[in-house]
Amino acid sequence: MQKLLDKTGQLIENDPWIFLPKDFGGPVTGAHQVLPLQFWQASEPGAISRDALGIWFDSDEEPEVVAEYLASWPCIGIHFPTFMDGRGFSLARLIREQHNYQGDLRAFGHIIPDQLFFLTRCGFSTFLLNDSSQSFEPEMYFDNFSVNYQTSADQAEPLFRRRA
Amino acid sequence: MYIYDHYDKTLLEERVAQFRRQTESYLAGELAEDEFLPLRLQNGLYIQRLAPMLRINIPYGMLSSAQLRKLAHITRTYDKGYAHFTTRQNIQLNWPRLEEIPDILAELAEVEMHAIQSSGNCIRNITSDEFAGISADETEDPRPWCEIVRQWSTLHPEFAFLPRKFKIAITGSDDDRAATQVHDIGLQLIKNGAGETGFKVLVGGGLGRTPVIGSVIKEYLPAVHLLTYLDAILRIYNRYGRRDNKYKARIKILVKAWTPEVFAQRVEDEWQHAKDGPATLTEQEIARARSFFSAPDYLPRPGLTVGSGTSADQSIAEVLPVAFNRWQDRNVRQHKIAGYCGVFLSLKPTGVAPGDVTDQQLETIADLADRYSFGEVRVTHQQNVVLSDVRQEDLFALWKDAKAMGFATPNIGTLTDMICCPGGDFCSLANAKSIPIAEALQRRFDDMDYLYDIGDVSLNISGCMNACGHHHVGNIGVLGVDKKGLEFYQIQLGGKAGGNAALGNVLGPSFFANEVPGVIEKILQTYVDHRIDGEQFIDTQKRIGIAPFKECIYAKAA
Ligand code: SF4
Repeated sequence: MQKLLDKTGQLIENDPWIFLPKDFGGPVTGAHQVLPLQFWQASEPGAISRDALGIWFDSDEEPEVVAEYLASWPCIGIHFPTFMDGRGFSLARLIREQHNYQGDLRAFGHIIPDQLFFLTRCGFSTFLLNDSSQSFEPEMYFDNFSVNYQTSADQAEPLFRRRA
Repeated sequence: MYIYDHYDKTLLEERVAQFRRQTESYLAGELAEDEFLPLRLQNGLYIQRLAPMLRINIPYGMLSSAQLRKLAHITRTYDKGYAHFTTRQNIQLNWPRLEEIPDILAELAEVEMHAIQSSGNCIRNITSDEFAGISADETEDPRPWCEIVRQWSTLHPEFAFLPRKFKIAITGSDDDRAATQVHDIGLQLIKNGAGETGFKVLVGGGLGRTPVIGSVIKEYLPAVHLLTYLDAILRIYNRYGRRDNKYKARIKILVKAWTPEVFAQRVEDEWQHAKDGPATLTEQEIARARSFFSAPDYLPRPGLTVGSGTSADQSIAEVLPVAFNRWQDRNVRQHKIAGYCGVFLSLKPTGVAPGDVTDQQLETIADLADRYSFGEVRVTHQQNVVLSDVRQEDLFALWKDAKAMGFATPNIGTLTDMICCPGGDFCSLANAKSIPIAEALQRRFDDMDYLYDIGDVSLNISGCMNACGHHHVGNIGVLGVDKKGLEFYQIQLGGKAGGNAALGNVLGPSFFANEVPGVIEKILQTYVDHRIDGEQFIDTQKRIGIAPFKECIYAKAA
């Protein structure tokens, strides 16, 4: 069973977004569809309603190529083919920090609870998790650390500017 | 030495608590093996051939006597009473029990030590020059910069799942005792025309299967930009480094595929986004880091000559001048402060695996450090220990103490000061054993007069292509290879560590273990036959090439 969590580890019920598969060939019907990048790129400009549309990137794709559209998408997904593939962490910081994206940035695919803390720091706001563990208490993975050294999406000032 | 404040301490305590929870879930069967694997690796825990192995960081090689005593206590309480210094300034426990690892980490945290990112596909322990801060040839002490980079890399949220492991070394000297040319990133402290500190930045060096000397991608990076620039390099690597083949996943492969010029340009472009941003170092932070590495309270000395201590010592020195002088020649190094020197404690006596220390020896090193060297030591890349600030007039007393404890073998820089990885006795990746080879060589070459005559020669042994024993940069490199299930050893010649590092060339067909000492003897004999005045092994070898060595060794078979 999958669980959708927010940044505090709370379960999100009634999430409207539907993620379409990578080989999705259209047509787009209804609202709240999160399209694979390639499908969106291949579509005629204006053919897809901009309302309530999202895009997702695979870990080897480059958000830079659609930079000017990022802000118009209320939901952006980043796919983790395996939890060992750390490219998504960089993509998230890029989208948040370089492109100042304010919408929902969602991690999905193979992520593990012990990554939630780092994912949050890199700017993800929601997490689609495959929950296999019985004793899984999401909250405990989000506040493992009260101290961070580096600058990150959720904390622009590195510790050395905050030390007191 | 850096001293933790409440931020550093809190982070470490939280890390221990996190790992305790991870270990408990794993042991309770709630965390799958493959998901626990990277988590434990990021805390230095391997599951080896025989038992778990815990690798503990010694940031830039510095240890206090309190830390040494804690390590002694840990090896005694949780292990079999000995530990192993690695070639990257870390220390390993070979027999800890998985369920006790969180307790070990908690004990380490008490003395401001940890195992964070000591393995796994992340940024590893930052290494440096064992003579940092005390050598006269230094542009600037690299240790404050190492500490700044250590903090930046610790639990970096973006770079915990890189394509492959990532190693950074920093040096302040041209002699490059930190081997910055064979690291994923090598940072060399330099000054610009205005005398301002900066870094020459090298990327893509490394040993392993595809040994490469790093390429310079920035001739001068002003020091305040260090972290934003490192972030840019790591981000480019994280996004574009290969993930389909673990043997092609190191940054060196990416740099080679793109060319260093293109790689440098990509980093430059990426860097523009973060340059001058909040991660730019402040003068206060640089001053704060430097403040921890100020010089100890050296006594002013009028440059006394060695052995001119008490009259009692003098008389003994007269009785045993050869042994003491020899030790001074080989194991004592110049210090930038007149009247002081750096002293090697050799961890390579005959019959002991290079780098192995017992709990008692760790305590003895702590005692010697307290007595002779302001309570601090350095761990070297060659798996020895250096007392960094010894008064010259204490040398004789130190020699006697060190001798009594078995640390005074005068073999630093000689053949028996070998580098050797754990190899097939401990390591599950090994093709062949390496420790028995080292031991056989120690036994064959334990005549100090002979070693002394041979002079400087580095012999490095790796049990497989992963090259943990740095065989490529040994003057003589020995590599364990596996052929149809049998262990063989390939010999290389001409490697060199330090400034102007060079990679060795394969001599020819491999040998059985029992042939290796004889082959090494022939190599040394060839050197002796050809050397001209004042030449070290590597000089002669470079001058005459590899052919005379081949001839001597493979002559009969041909
Ligand atoms: S070189 Fe090979 S055998 Fe030796 S420690 Fe490294 S991985 Fe193990």
